[in-house]
Amino acid sequence: MTLASHYSYWVTIFLMVAGLFIVTASGNLVKKLIGLGVFQTSVYLLYIAPGKLIGGTAPILSGAFLTYSNPLPHVLILTAIVVGVATLALGLAIVVRIREEYGTIEETAILEQDRADAAARQ
Amino acid sequence: MTILDHLAPLQVVLPLVCAPLIVVVRRLGFAWAIATLASWASLAIAVTLALRVAAEGTLSYAIGNWPAPWGIEYRVDALSSYLLLLVSAIGSLVMPYARRSIVAELPREQEYLFYAMYCLCLAGLLGITITGDAFNLFVFMEISSLSTYVMIALGKRRQALVASYQYLIMGTIGATFYVIGVGLLYLMTGTLNLADLAARLRDVQEVRPLLAALSFITVGVGLKLALFPLHQWLPPAYAYAPSTVSAFLAATGTKVAVYVLLRFYFTVFGDSAVFQGVPFAAALLALSLIAMITASLVAIFQHDLRKMFAYSSVAQIGYITLGISLGNVSGLTGAIAHLFNHGVTKGALFMLSGGIALCCGATRLSELKGLGRRMPFTSAGIVLAGLSLIGIPATAGFTTKWYLVIGALERGMWPVAAVVVASSVLAVAYVWRFVEAAYLSEPQPGLSARPSEPPLSMLVPAWILVAACVYFGLETSFNVGAAQAAAEFLLRGPR
Repeated sequence: MTLASHYSYWVTIFLMVAGLFIVTASGNLVKKLIGLGVFQTSVYLLYIAPGKLIGGTAPILSGAFLTYSNPLPHVLILTAIVVGVATLALGLAIVVRIREEYGTIEETAILEQDRADAAARQ
Repeated sequence: MTILDHLAPLQVVLPLVCAPLIVVVRRLGFAWAIATLASWASLAIAVTLALRVAAEGTLSYAIGNWPAPWGIEYRVDALSSYLLLLVSAIGSLVMPYARRSIVAELPREQEYLFYAMYCLCLAGLLGITITGDAFNLFVFMEISSLSTYVMIALGKRRQALVASYQYLIMGTIGATFYVIGVGLLYLMTGTLNLADLAARLRDVQEVRPLLAALSFITVGVGLKLALFPLHQWLPPAYAYAPSTVSAFLAATGTKVAVYVLLRFYFTVFGDSAVFQGVPFAAALLALSLIAMITASLVAIFQHDLRKMFAYSSVAQIGYITLGISLGNVSGLTGAIAHLFNHGVTKGALFMLSGGIALCCGATRLSELKGLGRRMPFTSAGIVLAGLSLIGIPATAGFTTKWYLVIGALERGMWPVAAVVVASSVLAVAYVWRFVEAAYLSEPQPGLSARPSEPPLSMLVPAWILVAACVYFGLETSFNVGAAQAAAEFLLRGPR
């Protein structure tokens, strides 16, 4: 077990942390969604990478093959990808509506307008 | 095989197929009728399942006839049947209420779409509760969450969009954390079935990945259930969503997330060595206590009735997680019973404040002066449900606080019991702010003193919940009895 033998985990963790960082550090609503996408994608790797055996084939019973890769993670992640796409589409749709109402997609500008609204209602 | 054998999948499938049906037909009357019928049918199925579980014990259903560890299993036990009842009962009461409220609050062309989203959300929440598969649970969690984001974004004011966006970001992070946790468990055990996971975790010697999995799941589900300090999405979401949505979500959404936490803490990790030497319960206890005090304090200083109730929800979730962290039968009974009691109480409060929004156009406390004379039934309902929120004896809220205090004293933690009481005193303060505005202030000049109540279709479901707050405070055989059965079932651990 060396650092290199676990490189898929390193990639996964890097993407995970980078995605989360973009979500928290960026003030642009679209960039936040991009970060969220990167974060979710890292999880796809977390599931799929351990399912693959080097030299393994698809699990079709045959005398010619002895090692099989696990197909279940692929199926699970197919579902997760659908969920991720739906989330991204909905998030972008909401951002479009926010842009229509506020005229901006910068978080600070939106919060400022909300504060001005609240002050006007006092 | 009769249809009765297939009740478990029908519980989820029925509302799920209603959603596309509504979108295809595009008629408001039809949409409402179908959504209402789906809710009532879900309630009927939930009652039947609960009776069968009480008589025969845990029910298991193999989807597509694939047996349990390989196929997806639907599993109804003492705890899940209790949650199924709560979710479907609240749905059945919210739907009659929705008819007039939705027409008043949504643009015409979006009204039928609301009912489609509601059906999806109901299917998702019921699915989370009934499934016995960790990944299937994630899918249902996202079905309910995605439909929830849409329903919140339907709110009349533009702040609803921002609230929905924030919830989308935090909710998705929460769900992804949950999937990471489940992924680690799958790497360690090779199974996703919750019962099978529990059995295999017993033999896992390497505790570190399990600890990571448990932490990811705790934080992820903590985001969904608005555990302090992960609760920031909740107050704006509840305050700006349409009233119907706030009433439905406040009573069910976070409760189902608590169910997931209970399921993982007790059923999946119950027997494994992962809790030894790690102060999970102590951390949960501390966060619960902070939530109970700070969120109640923040609620006192809110200017808006619905924001006030939303912050009070964060505090009340603190009670529930407190019961979980105590980990004995009394504490857990209190926690599980509070899922029901708080669901009923908050459902009533959000329904009634929705009626105020409809008739007065505002829910700011400063604009509700003299409300007791203008809307006597609505105001009286809020006060009664408020008493249950405080935990006055003979209301539902009292029974749970009683069990929480006993649970704390059994563990010898009398300061915890004192904090429960102190938090109740803070609840008196914020409920009093409504009483002061509604009954003790002169109405603003220029407003007519004529009574103008919301339509009966909104008032009656709300008052049924208010009556339930009192009824379940006096007759505790269902809410506390079933909760105790569920608590004992959980503490017996996986078999």
